[in-house]
Amino acid sequence: MTVGIVTVERKVLEKNDALAAQNREAFQRSKLFVVNLVSSPGSGKTSLVERTLDHLRGRLSVAVIEGDVQTDLDAQRVAKFGVPVVQIVTNGGCHLDAKLVQDAAQNLALDGVKVLIIENVGNLVCPANYDLGEDVKVVVASTTEGDDKPLKYPAMFRNASVLIINKTDLVPYVNCNLAELKANALKINPSLTIFETSCTTGSGIAEWCGWLENKLP
Amino acid sequence: MHELSLAQNIVEIVHQHVPTLDLPKVRTVDVLVGAASGVVADSLAFSYSAIVSGTSLASSSMKIEHIPYRVHCRSCGLTSDHDDGLRICPACGSMETTVVSGTELRVQAIELAEEDR
Repeated sequence: MTVGIVTVERKVLEKNDALAAQNREAFQRSKLFVVNLVSSPGSGKTSLVERTLDHLRGRLSVAVIEGDVQTDLDAQRVAKFGVPVVQIVTNGGCHLDAKLVQDAAQNLALDGVKVLIIENVGNLVCPANYDLGEDVKVVVASTTEGDDKPLKYPAMFRNASVLIINKTDLVPYVNCNLAELKANALKINPSLTIFETSCTTGSGIAEWCGWLENKLP
Repeated sequence: MHELSLAQNIVEIVHQHVPTLDLPKVRTVDVLVGAASGVVADSLAFSYSAIVSGTSLASSSMKIEHIPYRVHCRSCGLTSDHDDGLRICPACGSMETTVVSGTELRVQAIELAEEDR
């Protein structure tokens, strides 16, 4: 008995990556800037989307894809702002992938839309691996999660290019050192752009939205 | 949790490279897993064995090669491995570093048992 070897050298995620490349091409053709919003559950992603929509109302046309394991509660919240929104229910799936986003985008009226925000499933692990075809991956870390999150879940912070530290109004009440949180994130990814926001008081939202507007082609 | 769907991708790749009749001959599927790939190697191997159980790939298993998260310092030139995922140079403390390896997640080769003629 001998052993034969078949050389393969293929990426495990190549199928997703190919679909993500298709998405990216389609988004660029439509001159759409796409944000993939990732975080643990409860960090305030949907509140941040609401604040962003509120701030950009009348200035910039935004559409939203909501991803959740179950329910369309988030899409209902976003729909109140009168923007195009579609809900992806993963039925247990722990992340969005490029195929889900491709199908969802076909159900969105994107005429005249400049920014597409994809709110990923709340999960600080799996979504890090899946390119959706976005221009920018934005990770939200809230102060209630503590300042050591980047060290404990490095992949998400490594693959993101923007970090939004949310719930800054709660800093006096929780065990979270903002300087420490930022330093920890930069140790994992020195090129992160960082914003500090509170969706309760609205602080920092203008800075984040300003950055977003400057990114548009 | 996403290791199961990744293992499914790996099974699909095996099917694309090995003719159906030869699938029972597959012994190992060699997979590179970087320390910073965001994948739990043991969980991936377990998922693979669960998926192929009862199929023509049942006698195959996944052989994992671990790739360290390796960082090169542009300030002092040191190359070092970082199990903790940090990008700081351990020698000079610089964050001016480049990732050399450790984000891989790749099927490298498939080994088949072949009968001698």
